[in-house]
Amino acid sequence: MNSVDLENITKIYGGTTPSVDDLSLTVGDGEFFTLLGPSGCGKSTTLRMIAGFIQPTAGRIRFGERDVTALPSHKRDTGMVFQNYALFPHMDVTGNVSYGLSMRHVPKAEKSQRVAEALDIVGLGGYADRRIDQLSGGQQQRVALARALVIQPSVLLLDEPLSNLDAKLREETRAQIRLIQKRAGTTSVYVTHDQSEAMAMSDRIAVMDAGVLHQVGTPREIYRRPATSFVARFIGRSNVLEGTVEETEASRLAVRLQGGEVLFAPVAAETVSSRVAVGDQVALSLRPETMRIEPAADDTATPVGAIRARVRMTEFTGSSCVIWLRYGEQDLLATIPDTDDLPEEDQDVMLRPDIERTWVVAP
Amino acid sequence: MTLTAQPTAAKAPRRRPSRRQLTSSDRFIYALAIPLALVLLIYIVFPMIATVITSLEDGGAVYQDFVSGNSRRALALSVGISLASVLTSGVVGTGLAVLLTRFAFPGRSVLKVFALLPLALPPLIGAMSFYYLYGTSGIIPRLLHEVTGLPASTLSFDGIAGVMLVHTLTMYPYFYLSVSAGLSGSDASLEEASMNLGASRATMWRTVLLPMLTPALVSGALLTFMVSMASFTAPQFYNVNTLTMRIVAARTSGAYDLAAAQSTVLSVVSILFLLLMRWYQNRRLTRSMSKGTPQAVRVVQGILPRLGAAVGSAVIVAILVAPVASILLLAFTVNGTWTTQIIPPEYTLQNFVEIFTHPRSLRPLLVSSQMSAVAMVASIVVGVLTAWVIARWKGKGAGVLDLMIMLPWALPGTVVGVNIVTAFASPTPFNLGQVFIGSLWILPLAYFIRFVPLVFRNAAASLAQIDPSVEEAAQNLGAGPFRTLRTITFPLMAKGVIAGALLAFVQGFGEYVASVVIYPARYVPLSVEIYNRQYSNDLGSAFAYGSLQVLAILIVLIISEILEKPGIFTRRRRRGTDDATAAATTA
Repeated sequence: MNSVDLENITKIYGGTTPSVDDLSLTVGDGEFFTLLGPSGCGKSTTLRMIAGFIQPTAGRIRFGERDVTALPSHKRDTGMVFQNYALFPHMDVTGNVSYGLSMRHVPKAEKSQRVAEALDIVGLGGYADRRIDQLSGGQQQRVALARALVIQPSVLLLDEPLSNLDAKLREETRAQIRLIQKRAGTTSVYVTHDQSEAMAMSDRIAVMDAGVLHQVGTPREIYRRPATSFVARFIGRSNVLEGTVEETEASRLAVRLQGGEVLFAPVAAETVSSRVAVGDQVALSLRPETMRIEPAADDTATPVGAIRARVRMTEFTGSSCVIWLRYGEQDLLATIPDTDDLPEEDQDVMLRPDIERTWVVAP
Repeated sequence: MTLTAQPTAAKAPRRRPSRRQLTSSDRFIYALAIPLALVLLIYIVFPMIATVITSLEDGGAVYQDFVSGNSRRALALSVGISLASVLTSGVVGTGLAVLLTRFAFPGRSVLKVFALLPLALPPLIGAMSFYYLYGTSGIIPRLLHEVTGLPASTLSFDGIAGVMLVHTLTMYPYFYLSVSAGLSGSDASLEEASMNLGASRATMWRTVLLPMLTPALVSGALLTFMVSMASFTAPQFYNVNTLTMRIVAARTSGAYDLAAAQSTVLSVVSILFLLLMRWYQNRRLTRSMSKGTPQAVRVVQGILPRLGAAVGSAVIVAILVAPVASILLLAFTVNGTWTTQIIPPEYTLQNFVEIFTHPRSLRPLLVSSQMSAVAMVASIVVGVLTAWVIARWKGKGAGVLDLMIMLPWALPGTVVGVNIVTAFASPTPFNLGQVFIGSLWILPLAYFIRFVPLVFRNAAASLAQIDPSVEEAAQNLGAGPFRTLRTITFPLMAKGVIAGALLAFVQGFGEYVASVVIYPARYVPLSVEIYNRQYSNDLGSAFAYGSLQVLAILIVLIISEILEKPGIFTRRRRRGTDDATAAATTA
């Protein structure tokens, strides 16, 4: 079984702040697993510890049942695709792709057959004799992928492999990588800072920030049920409002915001909402598309389950309208279906979030 | 995978925690650093210390001799000549650089090709050619005497003036190279901005260009000063008693402690300058932020200025070519026939025939080429590995190794010679009981010490071009540290290293300054033989040997050019288009 287990991994370069802080997670056999976070969050460091280029300060790494923490990188049997591809510039395409097989003493006939297959899979069948500098960026990227796949590694590691490609090629290539990975069934760990890339490709995502793991889950879970305000803001757009738990019931919570308004949220098992008690500080994540906008009469008090905000600007994007709002000291966003009857700028409106899609997160 | 799980998992907890921070390739680097550091300590650092110790043997009394005697005057003279050389080389080098980067005139492209020719002159034969060109009985003074009727001795360069002439015409490339690089690195838009804000051309030069060129001028000056302090051949020919001359004189007269004291003083000065230079270069001052705007090249217009520029370029080219031309010319002289004529009256091929047919005459060629080849191999091994260790070293400590291997670059050849004869005269624990005096191995050792920095720097430069992730990719695909070096790193470094090694070889082939201090009587190296032949009036064969040195340098330069071809080609093409667009915008 080619799973990857990280147990309490910590990495401290000089100084005291850890680059990766007590990280534990498990990548299942055959899973496409993404480490997602802003630059400097420790995701690349984690990947390089799995590859064996960096030794963790504390903790243990296992591939299946095998402890590889002390194993040098060239004995770990991982296949890595580097951000800048790291192709060997003095070898041709075949030389690059066959390198790992030569290191494994694969017989000549089998080697050339496997190289040809790998090149066919990535769509570079006719390019075996090309020099690396004769290839485009996208082709180089595919050579790097073929080079990593041809050795049939226990784990495939991909370090932002698409970041040097232009937007169109990036989308094509990410689909291609996913298809190839699914067919080969190789356990893969993918590093990116691009949340849409992570959402599109992954079986599961681990969201990291400043060396700390915030949440692990499927793309849907992470989007719909973010665990922390960081995840809520980093994955898609979200309005995060802080407040205090006022009341807990079996199926829903009431949270009093700092401005005094009360909003409701559902209680879901094994999430933040099921662990809080009255008086706890929490934050609410409100996706822009879950907000309903109602006109606000000047004299009426704000009703329970709504907040009052001022319209700053409206943007028409085609299928929908984005409304920029000011709530106290905070900017909010709401997306509503296009209508002829948009609120005007500098007008006060009532925002009523959909209770079922309001989510309680750790502040 | 799962089959091997139990044993490895059981073994894991017993690892020592202190080693857990290092990966195996880190450990490989540190393990490699130890033998390299030992080699550098034994052959570079300890010999220096041995010289210092010898100079202190009588409790420092010899330094009182130094301060009160001729040595102090010699030091003052060396410093004076070096400062003057900085000034004259600076004016010539900077002037040529500005002329060639900023003005378009007839003869510019030819001048550009020949501007670096002095770098191709071997030190001894180069100084000799100047002596026979501009000295009392030289070609030029005799020619001028013929034309003007003035006595040749008033028209010649002798003594300190002779040394200054050699220094100026051989050291200006240090300024020329750094200022040209500085000027082409500077951005025309900055100059345009300055002039757009109301600065005149002169004010723009003073307030924008010169401050930006300061780093180039300072590094050119420091380098010229160091090379000038180390200069030995020119003072020897013009019999000027610089400190290097004093060291050799003291050494040959048996005053080992005085020679050691003089060497120590010269080493201290040179190392101070090396440190100063590194400190200055690490500050990385003003650098232009933008890239790629064309150079503002000014086209010289009008018939008279263009004619003047063409004649001026021709004269400068003639001056630059003259030394090489005179070496080739004098190589064909019939010995004893050149007395008072402007140029030798009779020519023969006999000088070359003799070199290759008499075993005794062929021997210096064989000695120098073989000794230099041995040194080259050693320099490649030590230089390449040290460069790699330093490049991949994590944490502090790499600077020490870097400083140790670059030390000989700062040390004058004379001092390297004195250090070696002092350190390897008798068996001591520091030289591991090795005695090299009178042995064949002393020559390759000296060449190795003097020229390993050259190979090291070339290797370091080619390593800097290699992305470390390429090595990681190889490891990731299953190559251990040795295999990664052999299959990836070394092949990628090869071109740069070969170019550096050939340059080191050819420098060893022409080496004179250290050789003259250390050579064993039975193994006379080429340059020493040249000096001896010239001394015994066998001018023809001396210059015939010399022309072979020039030929060797030219071959090496051509090979390096071919090695770097793709790079040079693209660079040239880009510069060409830059010039073209610049000409279009200024026209």
